[in-house]
Amino acid sequence: MNILEKFEAQQIKDLTADKSIPSFAPGDTIKVWVKIKEGTTEREQAFEGVCIARKSRGIRSAFTVRKISYGEGVERTFQLYSPLIRIELVREGSVRRAKLYYLRALTGKKARIPAKKRGLAKNKLANQSAK
Amino acid sequence: MRTGLLAKKLGMTQIFADSGEMVPVTVLQVSSRVLGSATKEKNGYSAVQVGFGSKKASRVNKPLKGWYAKIKQEPCEVVAEFRVDEESALEVGSELKPSHFENGQFIDVCATSIGKGFAGAMKRWNFAGLRASHGVSIAHRSHGSTGQCQDPGKVFKGKKMAGRMGAERVTVQSLKVVKSDDEAGVLFVKGAVPGHKGSIVRVTDAIKKASPSKKVL
Repeated sequence: MNILEKFEAQQIKDLTADKSIPSFAPGDTIKVWVKIKEGTTEREQAFEGVCIARKSRGIRSAFTVRKISYGEGVERTFQLYSPLIRIELVREGSVRRAKLYYLRALTGKKARIPAKKRGLAKNKLANQSAK
Repeated sequence: MRTGLLAKKLGMTQIFADSGEMVPVTVLQVSSRVLGSATKEKNGYSAVQVGFGSKKASRVNKPLKGWYAKIKQEPCEVVAEFRVDEESALEVGSELKPSHFENGQFIDVCATSIGKGFAGAMKRWNFAGLRASHGVSIAHRSHGSTGQCQDPGKVFKGKKMAGRMGAERVTVQSLKVVKSDDEAGVLFVKGAVPGHKGSIVRVTDAIKKASPSKKVL
């Protein structure tokens, strides 16, 4: 490992020390709580939608969440290890692509994603709530 | 004016600031040693000679070997000179650490940029190119006209055209030091720095920002 990789690994360790990031994949519905500072007060705002892409690059990892807000498609990209966010897995979806950019062209019933079967999703959600 | 130092560009990454904001940073490995100096009496100007890294003794030629023996220093990979004020001269053998630059101060970084090879006018000079349609054929990325007609009857010297791009000395000014870490021997600089990974860069105090309060060593 070179100095750069070591530094990145250490940073990931520090940032995940006091929080756990649930394992989620494209197609899953997730809720991202974003810390927002308003003057002196700080509050959390939720952004709930379908994860349509994940980028895995160590500390530079990110993911994109898409939701339909007042009839308009909204996408937001988050840094996976950002200290400003907290991720909550809502529902696992079954998809056959790693990047779900095709959802941008679809609306309504066509844009739905079937839930994952075989009880796997249930277990994961149960684990999360237990934590 | 203080001396600058030499560093190796390790690459880019990102760090999260205390506010949670993501900051893109370039990581520079600092390992510089003072090898000599030029003085006003002797050379007509004052400067500090700085060496970076280490080099096998067998790779050093005879004249340089003699010089290294005289100053009692290990051979360095790269040697460079930085102009300084007379009072900022440093002793031979003193180490320049990342903490030479404070957190939050501004620096200038100078290096040879990445070579782009033979590049067209659009990439090299940001020309707009020709139209996509309306009769343009094959020349969509060309530069268009290069001058007038019989008078002057020539293309002026210095006309911006396609040609070799990059691999030249570039200075990026006023980059912010996000963190200087003596333990790891690295400097985290906000933003991009010229040169490819592994290239040696010159780091100096920013000339367009107030110099740091700290005095030399």
